[in-house]
Amino acid sequence: MATPSSTAALSSVEQWRAEILRRVAGGERFAGMYGTGGRDECELSALLAAADGVQRLPVVVAAGADGVLSYAALSTEIEAAFWYERALHDLSGVVPLNHPRLEPLLLPRGSGVAPPRPGDVEVMEPLPSHEEHGPADVSGRGIFTIPFGPVRSGVFESIEFLVETPGEDVPHLNVRPHFKHRGVAKRFETLDVRDGVLVAERVEGIASVAHALAFSHAVEVLSSVDVPPAARLVRVIFAELERLANHLDVAMRLADAAGLAVATARFSWHKELVMRLTSRLCGNRFGRGVVVPGGVRTGLAVDPDVLTADVTALSRRLAADVRAVMNTASFLDRLRGTGHLDAGLAARFGALGPIGRACGYDDDPRRVRPYDGYRDLPAPTPPEVDSCDAVGRLRVRWTEVETSVGLILGAARALDGLADDRPGVVVEPGTGYATGWAEAPQGEVLYGLELADGRIRRCFARSASFHNLALFHDVWRGDVLTDFAFIEASFGLSYAAVAM
Amino acid sequence: MPWVLRGLRNGVVTSRWPRRRDAYFDEFVASVDVVGDATAARRAMESARVDGRRLCPTDAIEVIGSAVALDRGRCILCGHCVAAAPDVFAWRRGADTARLQRQALVVGDVDEDDESLQELRAALAHRVRRLRRSVHIRHVDAGSDGSDEWEIQALVNPVYDIHRLGIFFTASPRHADILLVTGIGTGGMLRALARTREAMPDPVVVIAAGTDAVSGGLMGGGYTFGNGVGSALNVDVWIPGSPASPFSLLQGILLGLDRLPALPTAGEPS
Repeated sequence: MATPSSTAALSSVEQWRAEILRRVAGGERFAGMYGTGGRDECELSALLAAADGVQRLPVVVAAGADGVLSYAALSTEIEAAFWYERALHDLSGVVPLNHPRLEPLLLPRGSGVAPPRPGDVEVMEPLPSHEEHGPADVSGRGIFTIPFGPVRSGVFESIEFLVETPGEDVPHLNVRPHFKHRGVAKRFETLDVRDGVLVAERVEGIASVAHALAFSHAVEVLSSVDVPPAARLVRVIFAELERLANHLDVAMRLADAAGLAVATARFSWHKELVMRLTSRLCGNRFGRGVVVPGGVRTGLAVDPDVLTADVTALSRRLAADVRAVMNTASFLDRLRGTGHLDAGLAARFGALGPIGRACGYDDDPRRVRPYDGYRDLPAPTPPEVDSCDAVGRLRVRWTEVETSVGLILGAARALDGLADDRPGVVVEPGTGYATGWAEAPQGEVLYGLELADGRIRRCFARSASFHNLALFHDVWRGDVLTDFAFIEASFGLSYAAVAM
Repeated sequence: MPWVLRGLRNGVVTSRWPRRRDAYFDEFVASVDVVGDATAARRAMESARVDGRRLCPTDAIEVIGSAVALDRGRCILCGHCVAAAPDVFAWRRGADTARLQRQALVVGDVDEDDESLQELRAALAHRVRRLRRSVHIRHVDAGSDGSDEWEIQALVNPVYDIHRLGIFFTASPRHADILLVTGIGTGGMLRALARTREAMPDPVVVIAAGTDAVSGGLMGGGYTFGNGVGSALNVDVWIPGSPASPFSLLQGILLGLDRLPALPTAGEPS
C-alpha cells in the first residue's frame, strides 16, 4: 500500500541516473519523476515500482555557473520519462539536457514567467493569459493541422489535440493539455492532511476515491497506523463502484461514437444507477468525503444486504446489454484494429490500467502491492489478452466490471457481522516522506508525499491519465480521423490530472 | 432489431421533474444550512483554531457580530463544519440550489433583497422570451476536475433526458443560447472562453456550473488565476456544488430560461 522511506540520497546526479537505468534494466518500472524546491538547487525524485513497493530515488541538482539547473535527460534511455521531464522543466525549471523534445507541456509556450517551483516557499507570479499556436511538425504536400480543442465539440474536458493530416491518415499529432493547468502541486502545499485529502479528491474528479486512497496510504505510513478492518472493506466497495461508473462511461462513449442510440442510453442509465447507489451509500455521487487518512469518515449509510441486492440486480441487467453490444457487428467493426498499441512498447513504457492489460502488461497494485481490503479478498486475476486495440481494451474493462462486482459482493459479505466496526483511527503524521498508491479505473494512481510537522511540504500526485496519455501519439498506425472518437474513448482518461 | 426491444425493456425510467416532484431531487443533499447562532459558530471556529485547523477549508463561513453567514458559492460540501458544529451547520436536502445572484448563495443571517431579485428576474425573462422552447447549450470547461463534465453529460441520459424539455447540446457556439461554464477559470482557458462567448448570438444566458466556476472553490486562487468565471463573463445563473448534481444543473438551466414552474408541495399528490 505504501513505502515508508526512500533510499539514501545518491551523492551525484550521474550516479543517480546510472542507478535508475540499472534498476529499470533489472525489471523495475519507471513510475514517475518530479522536482522539489527552488532556484539554486532542486531535489529530483524518481519513483520506481517493484514488487515490494514504490521507491523514491532522490538526488539534489545544483545550479551551474550560468545559474541553470540541468542534468542528462532520462528520456533518451527510458521512453516513459518523456512527459515527466517536460513537466519537470515547466514546473521546476530544471533542464534535462538532450531531451528529444523540450516543448512546454503544462504551461503555455513562451509564457516568459519563472516556473512555479513546487516545494519552494516563493510565491509564484500569475501566469499570463496567453495563447500561442502549437507546433507543426510534419511538412509536405497537402498536409494541414486540425486543432481539436481546447474547446471540444461536445461535453468534454478542455485539451488540444493538434492533428497533422493530409486529409484522412494521421501521421502525427501533438497533445497540449496546458489550457486547464490548475497548479495542483501548489494547492497541496502548507495544508494539513485532513484538507490535503480534499485536494487529492479534486486532482482527478472522476477517480476521487482512488486519489484519496493513494494520498491516505502515504499518510498512514507516515503515522504508522493500521486501518481497521471495516474501513478497509468500505474503501474497496467505493473504489470498485468508482471503477464500475468509469468503465460504463467508456462503454457509453464508445456506443455514442458508433451511433448506437439505445446502447448509449442503456449504458448511461446503468452508470447513473451506479452513481445513485454511491450517493445512497455516502451522500456524494463520486464517493467524495468517504476516504480520510486513518480510515473512512463513517460506515455505509445502508445495510450491506441492500447493497448486495442492488449490485446483483445491476450486474444482471448489465450482463445482457454487454452480450448484446459485443455481438453487434456494426459496433465491433469500428473497434477492431482501431488504436493498436504495440505490446512491446506497452511493456517498456509501463502502460497502466486497462490500456496496459489489453497488451498483456499487468502491474495491478491490487494484486502485486495489495492494500486495504484487497489484502483480505481474492486478488483480481490478469485478464486474458486477445488484442491490443480498442476492442481489446473494452473486453478488459468488461472483465474488470465482473471482478468489481465480485469484490463488492465479497466486501459486503465480509462486512456483515464484523466485530470491529470502527470507521477509522486517528492519524498524527509528523515529518517524513512516503509513497502511496491505489488502482484507479484508469490505472495506478501514485502519490509522493512529503510532510513537515504534519503539514504538506510537497505532494506529487501522479494519475494514470498523465502516464498513459503520452501513448496517444503511438496508436495511429493505419487509423484515420474518424477513428479519433473511438481511440480517445477507449483510453478512458481524464485530462484534469494530465494538466495538473 | 434486438436493440429496439432492449430499449423497451425497463419501461420509462425518465424523471417527470419539473412537472412532478422527484424523490431524488428532494432527498439529495446539495447544500449546507446555517441553523445555529453566532456564539456557537464562534466557539466551533475557535476550537478548530486551537487544533491548528480551519473550520472551513475554503473560508466559506463568516461570523461577524451576531451574524453567521455561509457562502454556498465557496462551499465544497466536505462536511467539516457539520461534523464539528452540528448545532450550527446542517446538511440541507433538495437540489434546488441555483440562484440568479451571486450574493443569494450566501445563506444564514443575511439580508435578502427581494426587490432587486424581482427586477433581475423580470429583466432576464424579458431577454430570454424569444428562446421559447428550443434551446441549445454550449458547454466550455475552464479548468474543472472532470467530475462536472460527467454531471452535465448525465443530463442527456434517459433519467434526466433534457431533450424532453426542448434543450439540446450543440458543438457550435453560433447555434448556442446558453453558455454553460465549468471549472475555476484558468488563465489558459480565458481567451478561448471569451472567444466562445463572442461567437454566440444574443441573447445569451451564461451559467457558472459548480463551486469551482462560481468562486474557484478549493482548487482556485493559485498562480493560474482561477477564482471562478465571474470576472471573465457576465454570469446570469450561479449553480453551487462540488460538482453540481444533474438535478441542480437542470434547475439552474430552467431558472435561467424563466421556465421553472411552481411545484406541488410535498403534501400534494404527484
